[in-house]
Amino acid sequence: MFRYIMTRVLAVIPTLIGAATLVFILMRLIPGDICVVRLGSGGGSFSEHSVQMCHAELGIDRPMIVQFAEFIWGLFTLNLGNSMWSGKPVVLEIAARLPISLEIALLAAIVAIVIAIPLGTISALKQNTWLDLVVRTFAIAGIATPSFWLGILSIIMVLDVTQAITGTPWMPPIDYVPLWKDPIRNLSMTLLPAITVGYRYAAVSMRMTRSTMLEVMREDYIRTARAKGLLAKIIINRHALKNALLPVVTLLGIEFAFLIGGLVVTEQVFNLNGIGRLFVLAVQNQDYTLTQALVMLVVAIFVLTNLVVDLLYAWLDPRIRFA
Amino acid sequence: MSASAPFQFAPQPVTEDAVVIKRSALATTLYFCRRQPVGTLGMAIVLIIGIAGLGAEWFAPYNPTSNDFTAMTEAPSWTHLLGTDQLGRDIFSRIVFGARTALIVGFSSAIVGGFVGLVLGVASAYFGGRSDMILQRFMDILMAFPLIIMALAIVSIFGTGVHNVIVAITIPLIPRCARVVRSSALPIREVPYVDAARACGFGHTRIILRHMVPNVMAPFLIMLTAFVGQAILAEASLSYLGLGVQEPVPAWGLMLQGGAEEYATTAPWIAVFPGLAIMLTVFGFNLFGDALRDALDPKLRER
Repeated sequence: MFRYIMTRVLAVIPTLIGAATLVFILMRLIPGDICVVRLGSGGGSFSEHSVQMCHAELGIDRPMIVQFAEFIWGLFTLNLGNSMWSGKPVVLEIAARLPISLEIALLAAIVAIVIAIPLGTISALKQNTWLDLVVRTFAIAGIATPSFWLGILSIIMVLDVTQAITGTPWMPPIDYVPLWKDPIRNLSMTLLPAITVGYRYAAVSMRMTRSTMLEVMREDYIRTARAKGLLAKIIINRHALKNALLPVVTLLGIEFAFLIGGLVVTEQVFNLNGIGRLFVLAVQNQDYTLTQALVMLVVAIFVLTNLVVDLLYAWLDPRIRFA
Repeated sequence: MSASAPFQFAPQPVTEDAVVIKRSALATTLYFCRRQPVGTLGMAIVLIIGIAGLGAEWFAPYNPTSNDFTAMTEAPSWTHLLGTDQLGRDIFSRIVFGARTALIVGFSSAIVGGFVGLVLGVASAYFGGRSDMILQRFMDILMAFPLIIMALAIVSIFGTGVHNVIVAITIPLIPRCARVVRSSALPIREVPYVDAARACGFGHTRIILRHMVPNVMAPFLIMLTAFVGQAILAEASLSYLGLGVQEPVPAWGLMLQGGAEEYATTAPWIAVFPGLAIMLTVFGFNLFGDALRDALDPKLRER
């Protein structure tokens, strides 16, 4: 087991370095001189000197290899330079916005799992009934619905409903308060975006739970358990679900990336000041230092989530642990 | 050595003797419709959207970009089927023209990304060994970037607009396709007819294209339909963020930007219909893809 964990943990490092290399190369593919683009974007004229100042400030007047080493070293030491747009350190810009995004992502994952696993199981057990049909339609719609559209619709609905009940439309709070300080205020801000962005997550997991459950229920050991006269509840919970959930766990890890991607758009809809919104702003403002740091952050979250999932998988499935 | 090599056991495409009953294209389609009613619904949606996109000029009653300031945020009526937006543009016409944009981006990205992925995946499985390992590690790295994040990073480099959006969505689709195709191609490499082809002295390109690619077509086509849906969703997201297709090109994601939220309570149709169009289209492609999988891959049937 220890050996498995070590090899799996070590395998993360080349992926991360590879991703960092790719980001570094991508950001140098930008056509033309970043500084000229930036200085010229205001429409005004600029001197040769200010271009050189800008080069020195960004450190792009040095050899490529030095820049690359510095970028990698910066990733390890969390010194990613200053935002080209606000001038503040990139790490601070991100740290200020990370809590709200992480909270929504985790909340979305929890909502999704709580919905997906029971519904997927019921759908499999009642295969080809109207209940199954409803759950499957709900699931396939979740994959097709753009999260930002769902967000807009839910905002319209909340506005209309609260207007009808209280006379004045209710708006969620604008400033972020941590969950432990004021849970109601916090949740009134984060719950709706979490449900919106979690719908797809729930839909995908639901389909997976259903299909693996169907497969497992046909196994011989389930028939044996039935023949022994075990209660249906025990067969489902102990024998079937435990095995059926293995692929679902993997999927949850992979889909977490989609969740983060969805967050980029959803934060825009709900006007939340998280890293997703920061990412869009960074791209709009051609803030390359911030963009590359944010891309690396998302990649790191994705790679680490999958590492956790793999380790969890090994813990759940002895065949992998002892292989 | 040429194809007319003097070998008795020159490889035949498997499809020729594997398919016992030969049907015409029409008969196959009818058979599919009878066996897969839900998939047929998906196919119908895809066809309707496709026809709307192709003949947008005939179906759209108004010019999608012309403003009518005497008819701003008008509710759906017989003159404006789905109402008008905050600039007095006919929403129905914009949705019809938006279908064209969505399909252009969706199909271009899916087909280009899919084919590059197909060739890389099959080649990776065919050559195996070190080149397979290097290619797969590279794909691992590319896969670590969520689709929309990768697309945004590419947009930040090349800028916005239809062509750049296609590039931005195509690149992240490549590793996703290569991965699936490789796993389907691995067992095919071990099949005797590939050895036979090699023994005949055929080149790598010929073996890959003529003997291996046709045999991974089923999973590939299934994935391609899913890719079109994904690409349409990605395009809508990018356009919604203002980083995709730019005004005045009519695009569904773009229609949800700005006015949709501003007029949320007074003119909800601005927000409802373009989103419905995105959802229905992606829904159609997913249903069709699912049915295609059931029809092409008997192992997965009855799930």
